[in-house]
Amino acid sequence: MKQFAELFTAIDQSNKTTVKVAALADYFSNAAEQDRLWTIALFSGRRPKRAVTTTRLREWASEASGVPLWLFEESYAIVGDLAETIALVLPPNPSDDSRSLADWINALRGLAEVDEPARKAFVLEAWQHLGGSERFLFNKLITGGFRIGISQKLMTRALAQATGKPEPELAHRLMGNWHPDDVTWHSLIEAEDASADASRPYPFYLAYALEAAPEDLGPPADWRAEWKWDGIRGQLILRDGEYFVWSRGEELMTDRFPELARAIDHLPSGTVLDGELLVWPQDAPLPSSFNKLQARIGRKTVPKKLLQEAPVVLHAYDLLEWQGEDIRHRPFAERRALLEAACADLPPEAPVRLSPQHQFTDWSQLGILRENARDANAEGLMLKRGDSPYLAGRKKGDWWKWKLDPLTIDAVMIYAQSGSGRRANLFTDFTFAVWNGNDLVPFTKAYSGLTDAEFRQITAWVRKNTLERFGPVRKVTPHHVFEIAFEGIQPSPRHKSGVALRFPRMLRWRKDKPLQEANTLDDLKDMLALYG
Amino acid sequence: MTHEPVLTFNENGIYCAAGDFYIDPWRPVDRALITHGHADHSRSGMGRYLATDAALPVIRHRLGDITAEGIAYGEKRQIGGATVSFHPAGHVPGSAQIRVEVGGEVWVASGDYKVIDDGLSEPFTPVKCHHFITESTFGLPVFRWADQAQVAAELNAWWAGCAAAGKTAFLGAYSLGKAQRLITMLDPDIGPILTHGAVENTNAVLRAQGITLPDTIHVTPDLNPKDHAGALVIAPPGALGSQWSRRFGAHESAFASGWMAMRGVRRRRAGDRGFVISDHADWQGLLWAINETGAENIYVTHGYTDIFSRYLNDNGWNAQVVPTQFEGETLDADDAA
Repeated sequence: MKQFAELFTAIDQSNKTTVKVAALADYFSNAAEQDRLWTIALFSGRRPKRAVTTTRLREWASEASGVPLWLFEESYAIVGDLAETIALVLPPNPSDDSRSLADWINALRGLAEVDEPARKAFVLEAWQHLGGSERFLFNKLITGGFRIGISQKLMTRALAQATGKPEPELAHRLMGNWHPDDVTWHSLIEAEDASADASRPYPFYLAYALEAAPEDLGPPADWRAEWKWDGIRGQLILRDGEYFVWSRGEELMTDRFPELARAIDHLPSGTVLDGELLVWPQDAPLPSSFNKLQARIGRKTVPKKLLQEAPVVLHAYDLLEWQGEDIRHRPFAERRALLEAACADLPPEAPVRLSPQHQFTDWSQLGILRENARDANAEGLMLKRGDSPYLAGRKKGDWWKWKLDPLTIDAVMIYAQSGSGRRANLFTDFTFAVWNGNDLVPFTKAYSGLTDAEFRQITAWVRKNTLERFGPVRKVTPHHVFEIAFEGIQPSPRHKSGVALRFPRMLRWRKDKPLQEANTLDDLKDMLALYG
Repeated sequence: MTHEPVLTFNENGIYCAAGDFYIDPWRPVDRALITHGHADHSRSGMGRYLATDAALPVIRHRLGDITAEGIAYGEKRQIGGATVSFHPAGHVPGSAQIRVEVGGEVWVASGDYKVIDDGLSEPFTPVKCHHFITESTFGLPVFRWADQAQVAAELNAWWAGCAAAGKTAFLGAYSLGKAQRLITMLDPDIGPILTHGAVENTNAVLRAQGITLPDTIHVTPDLNPKDHAGALVIAPPGALGSQWSRRFGAHESAFASGWMAMRGVRRRRAGDRGFVISDHADWQGLLWAINETGAENIYVTHGYTDIFSRYLNDNGWNAQVVPTQFEGETLDADDAA
């Protein structure tokens, strides 16, 4: 673990990407093979199964440190990270352990086989022999989450530096189902003919938001446009008579969408589609709202009734593999032509549909279309250059999302709560209200959208303007007006205001706006009638 | 007990009726006893000030023309019906706990304090009392300070690494107390120590009252960074990343604060490195200090007040939270350390 801890420290002590990547590349060149494989696995979200519940860990940490459980929980709420809280409350000790990262992971996996007293003894002993960042990393391994400032993208870059292989190829090799037990460094990273698992997806190509005017993109004829659907991105893989569905977060979701199995009847094996998963009943003119889809995503197995009420289809917008051949390097226009041909004969009951493209000859025409995206239950438009290859990851230039402007409302801050983790000593979580006569009715919380400097400023203000405290929540003098942006509004009997917002955030601190000029509950209800 | 408490808390600050004075008031009053010179404890507009001889020069420097009187540590003074004396709080040079005795009942207002000897401030001495007013800036068991020598070694290793890489090392710290403590921890053999004006002004005040600090070079507009290769620059946190720091070219930045114990805060605030060092007591330090006073009644003024007082109540003390305008160690303002 020492070597891995040194890597972590080097990464953690710098905020410069080049330094982090260099440390990681160095590790990939020097560490033992199993440690390297596990490091790739951890940094790409593949972690050992959780062997101990977090409830037990908290109890044991409380016992080992002599800190009462309630106090441990309070501390955890402020630190925001269980692994770190445990590492901090335990008495410090020097590290005297020589086991490697892979040794520790294998030992942790062995815990599944033993009873609880044996697990506890193992964990307590580990805490005694691991000091400093090694103890923190051990806790990270055991609690499962492993976000420590290295994205998959940076890791892939470091691997490219260490191996001399191109980043997109490595990104693809690391996709899908593989496990450090079943691969070698050679088969995963180096082998010419990667005998890949049939389910292996391609890295998703992600678009940036369009900030400039579309006119800056050049002649409209170079571009293709389609709705930006309000669903979730999915990759449908048809290979060897099987189907696989991957989310953008590289989660295998095949079992959640059993209706997509019928795609095998309509499309040939050796086909990989990129598209949007949407709830869209066959005879409905528009896709259902995102809420319906959310009910589906949450279920690992789908009851029949839900399957009928909320049927999911893939709206295909790109073709990545055709007849078993990777065609991502070919221009989008060509891939699209092949996709259209493949989808030409799909019957209406097929779970795959072609995502239509909009015809347009000038940008203003498209601008008008975008304004009406809400009528189509879409979030805006996607713009793709006709000659663009399908790249890996988020890249600027060829693909843009041109989203609708969010809905906004001016609201009064009435409660504040401090954040945790990165924001541990700042007030960052606020409750907002609108006027109902002379009363302020709370209707949403928001946490994001302000700069660090603004959060510091509002924190100082909250400290001086607290009216009442309810545990960690402070009621503050109604004074500040914020413009709240959100993506959608739904009726909600659970909320006092009767509405629930989707993705609310603070767009602007309206220091110019007097308290009395904030919006009203009636304004909110009008929006519900219009967009709900 | 039917008599009035010796100290009460009102909208102006901590008040002593028997002596008609306030301790660290946040609104203008006639007579103020000041624990130390940080801005949240030592404010302008008071009729008369009383502070330790060692704290007074900085207070005068910061507040300008004030009517003030100095007092030695341990010296007893009668104010009305109250006997007061000042005792080292170990927070910054000159900082004090203020002991107030009326009719045999003893209260101590500790201001901000730390219990370890930093080699610069007069070391904290516990004062026996019945009622103890404490801060709790770092009143959670996750805060546990390492030895100063260990932090000094980390700090110097970082500086030496920067110097070897041809980079200037920027260290953010409060200009009163923390900055001088860090200066004494640095190894001058590594390179020159440069200071921002806010830090250097305080250095000058402290040197003038006889406190020894290693040599520092004030960064003036005509200073040429090229003449000071391998330098470490100490500046208030706000100056890091500003126009002021850009002239130094390639640099690494670090921040020294107790808050750096939390990884999340460190990543938000620290630049490249965060060093865990504070002029406030950690969890063990707070508990030790409270224990040493022998007090049964504890008043928690700032920090994690709710959590800390619940712990005290669970463990046999009679503790309560007292809302004040003290800020403890913040990451943001330069002054309120």
